Amino acid sequence: MPETYDVTVIGAGVTGAAIARKLSSYKLKTVVVEKECDVSFGVSKANSGIIHGGFHHDFSALKSRLEIRGNILFDQLKEELHFPFKRCGIVVAAFSSDEMRTVEKLYENGIQNGAVGIELCNHDRMLYLEPKLNKDVVGGLFAPGGGIVEPYRLVFSLMESAKKNGVELLTKFKVKSGTLKNDLYTIEAEDGRNIQSRWVINAAGLYCDEISCIFGAEEYTINVRKGEEFLLDKNATAYTSRVVFPVPSKDSKGMLVIPTVEGTTMVGPTATIIDNKEDYSTTKENFKKIFSSARRLVPVVSERDITTSFTGMRPTLEGDDFYIEMSKKKDRFIQVAGIQSPGLTASPAIAEYVKDIMKRNGLELIEKPDYDPNIDKVPRFRNSSKEEIDKLIEENPAYGEIICRCENITEAEIIASIREGHDSLDGIKFYTRARMGRCQGGFCTYKIMKIVCRETGCSMNDITKRGGESWIVNKKIGDFTTGSKS
Amino acid sequence: MKKIEREVLIIGGGSAGMAAAAEIAEKGHSVVIVERESTMGGILNQCIHNGFGLHRFKEELTGPEYAERYVNIINELPIDQYTGMTVTEIDDQKDFKLVYAFSSHEGMVEFKVKAVVLAMGCRERNRGNIGTPGSRPSGVFTAGLAQRLVNIDGLIPGKKCVIVGSGDIGLIMARRLSWVGADVQAVVEIQPYPAGLTRNIVQCLNDFNIPLHLSHIVSKIYGKDRVEGVDITPLIDGIEAPVQTFHIDCDTLLLSVGLVPDNEVSKKAGVIISNQTSGPAVDGNLMTNVEGIFACGNVLHVHDLVDFVTEESIRCGSYVNSYLEGKTKGSQYSVMAGANVRYITPNKFTSDSDNKFYLRSMIVKNQAELVVSLDGREIIRKKQKHVQPSEMISCEIKADLLKSTGLNEKSRLEIGLKS
Ligand SMILES: Cc1cc2nc3c(=O)[nH]c(=O)nc-3n(C[C@H](O)[C@H](O)[C@H](O)COP(=O)(O)OP(=O)(O)OC[C@H]3O[C@@H](n4cnc5c(N)ncnc54)[C@H](O)[C@@H]3O)c2cc1C
Ligand SMILES: Cc1cc2nc3c(=O)[nH]c(=O)nc-3n(C[C@H](O)[C@H](O)[C@H](O)COP(=O)(O)OP(=O)(O)OC[C@H]3O[C@@H](n4cnc5c(N)ncnc54)[C@H](O)[C@@H]3O)c2cc1C
Repeated sequence: MPETYDVTVIGAGVTGAAIARKLSSYKLKTVVVEKECDVSFGVSKANSGIIHGGFHHDFSALKSRLEIRGNILFDQLKEELHFPFKRCGIVVAAFSSDEMRTVEKLYENGIQNGAVGIELCNHDRMLYLEPKLNKDVVGGLFAPGGGIVEPYRLVFSLMESAKKNGVELLTKFKVKSGTLKNDLYTIEAEDGRNIQSRWVINAAGLYCDEISCIFGAEEYTINVRKGEEFLLDKNATAYTSRVVFPVPSKDSKGMLVIPTVEGTTMVGPTATIIDNKEDYSTTKENFKKIFSSARRLVPVVSERDITTSFTGMRPTLEGDDFYIEMSKKKDRFIQVAGIQSPGLTASPAIAEYVKDIMKRNGLELIEKPDYDPNIDKVPRFRNSSKEEIDKLIEENPAYGEIICRCENITEAEIIASIREGHDSLDGIKFYTRARMGRCQGGFCTYKIMKIVCRETGCSMNDITKRGGESWIVNKKIGDFTTGSKS
Repeated sequence: MKKIEREVLIIGGGSAGMAAAAEIAEKGHSVVIVERESTMGGILNQCIHNGFGLHRFKEELTGPEYAERYVNIINELPIDQYTGMTVTEIDDQKDFKLVYAFSSHEGMVEFKVKAVVLAMGCRERNRGNIGTPGSRPSGVFTAGLAQRLVNIDGLIPGKKCVIVGSGDIGLIMARRLSWVGADVQAVVEIQPYPAGLTRNIVQCLNDFNIPLHLSHIVSKIYGKDRVEGVDITPLIDGIEAPVQTFHIDCDTLLLSVGLVPDNEVSKKAGVIISNQTSGPAVDGNLMTNVEGIFACGNVLHVHDLVDFVTEESIRCGSYVNSYLEGKTKGSQYSVMAGANVRYITPNKFTSDSDNKFYLRSMIVKNQAELVVSLDGREIIRKKQKHVQPSEMISCEIKADLLKSTGLNEKSRLEIGLKS
């Protein structure tokens, strides 16, 4: 007999994880299924990491309302879940009186939405707020409530908290079919695994349309808007003290300069509509575009500081709003689709919103008396003082073994990652930052691989970058010459 | 926190750190080496090919053998060695320095010393640094990491490889991978000349029929989970010629696109980094702008031969000794790269002792001439059989050539290459 659950969440991105955590405070048997080998490997790993300030869209959009609400929830979330988050504030820089008029419109949006502390600024105030701005700035907008977050750490923490409160997680579970019989959905994975569930939440990001189709619910198409971004070294002079936006155009918030929470600088993203959901490539043309537009905002941005680049895919729907509703065709099937930007910001509010929909549609929600919103904090070597480090090492000598020298990540943190279930190279990278610095794993990859083997009992050949066919090494000396493997 | 007091602390126990330490200990000064890895030797430990020590020991050794010679030397001397220990910070207190380092055995340790030698070596440039477009699958390795996997762990990164960059490590890996049965399809070099030593082109590529595409770049990487292939585009007069792009199927891409001195700790201590070498700017005593902090080996500038590292580091050790004994050579005058010279180090010279310089050419040329001039007056002209960017040139200038030349603050020594 397959396991039977009250609720199945499809997709372990920020949306699915936030929903699962919310549901974990109630007496429900909940499972999250995810096709990748770890959580946050979809859209939620590759984005700008901004907790938006609530001024880009007006109140008529659902995404705008959830953005404001989500933003407010972040302080408490950080208290409970310890992911890197900082309210550094957002500035929007205008370079002409035309652009200034658009800024005024944004300001009105912000006021209407209730964005706390939002203000219009003149030239001097803009440069005071962000001294690295191009001196040609005419004026702009300041949203002090905007911030930055490490997106995958947010998802990891949400999921860890959900699991701690009883939610199950099934990875490498690619949903292939979903059939409803006697009030129970049977959900089958590509590898043949089966589960049953009363409720299904479709939070599959780029693939919400396919999931909806598989279950016989609404038909719609997710359009993909691709965004390329570049990361600069943590010593780059381009590091600003606030997120710097240009004045937005009709279909995009534009390319920005982002001081990430962990001290690197990010520039981008582009916005190109593409057909292929798997096209994660970067191009030279966009490279040039990003840098010239970033330099217009912050002239000291330099290509010389690039450490890596990546591509993210925005799952968008016609109309460009979130689509969060009970299916009209299938019972107890909830669509959480079109979660493009500001999905990260809105995620805690999306979770509440989904819970309310479920409640309205007859799900009985009984609070768990033993629900614990807090997870343990893993001390970070890189954020500790010399005295704290001395103490950490005394308690756990693995804090004395530096593995990733660029980001100062110790063996203790790698082990914590593996024990939390993040054991692919990318999973470890997102959990700890190991291999994320300037040498991009040149020195520490083999050390990490050894620790994974020791902790999990796997062999070097079993280790992947991010699951699937992303093997690192698959041959031992002698294998080719003896022709045992091809 | 544990506290230890010595005269000198050396950061890094590679060939540079060991040679400097030996020189200092031989003169009776107390010295400690702090090395992050569990053994001394640094990068030498993974270079199991031979070609080390022809100058220093007059025989051809492998990297680990060369390291072992020096490990034996330092073990004979009263040198404190801390392995598995990483230096995180140098706090300059003028008369002394506090150096903070930690290990799992010792916790955080505070060393109080009079002088510090930076000998942290270098790291490899990576894909981000060269900005290759395309997807980001598994299977892109820096050559040094691949070398480490094959030579120390006995693991092969893949079956069909393309190598980007013709630096020495890339060339050596082309041969190494061929030996273990992988198929090396091509080496792609952006410059019109190879970045590695000529002997390595011959022994590692030609002998294995591996094509070297000069003036070419890898213009795109393909593959979802794992590398599936690359596009290679020729440069014509420095400009990409997309119509002539060709594709190679491969599952592995090795990058050998240069090394960068590893100066995180130095920068935090206020050491000024030269943008020519990416290493500290040093005077004729290999001392940085921070008094009492010296530098040698790959952290100062990237060397192609370990013998030169050793030579430079022994000298560095002797300058440290003079410093401790209050005998540091006095006046320092400017040194400048002249025609066709990419960089020169050190950036200062003294008039009262011999000076030694290392420089790199910007040109490829047979029968070039090295010309040294002081305040516009030529003082040395020397034939160079062959110069190329990948082969470091050394140049010695005896003290008597510089003495009584009426030096003043504005005096300037220029070393150039005439074609
Ligand atoms: C370039 C870019 C920049 C952005 N910047 C910001 C920003 O600064 N601030 C902000 O608030 N938002 C930003 N966003 C938006 C934000 O990243 C997304 O809204 C959010 O990550 C979406 O999360 P999700 O959980 O809905 O989707 P995902 O993270 O994609 O999660 C869906 C999951 O479902 C899984 N899945 C799919 N199909 C199946 C199947 N058949 N079976 C099982 N599992 C399946 C996927 O593997 C995936 O893990 C940005 C987006 C992009 C692309
Ligand atoms: C891959 C490669 C192949 C080469 N092949 C040849 C060859 O064929 N023939 C030849 O003659 N030469 C060769 N060379 C050149 C020569 O061997 C090296 O230049 C030389 O060994 C470098 O010595 P080093 O001490 O400066 O640096 P390294 O050997 O890199 O030593 C630096 C040491 O410092 C340690 N360290 C760094 N930071 C810290 C810190 N904060 N705290 C504590 N310890 C730290 C590191 O762990 C390392 O052990 C090669 C170089 C490389 C990189």
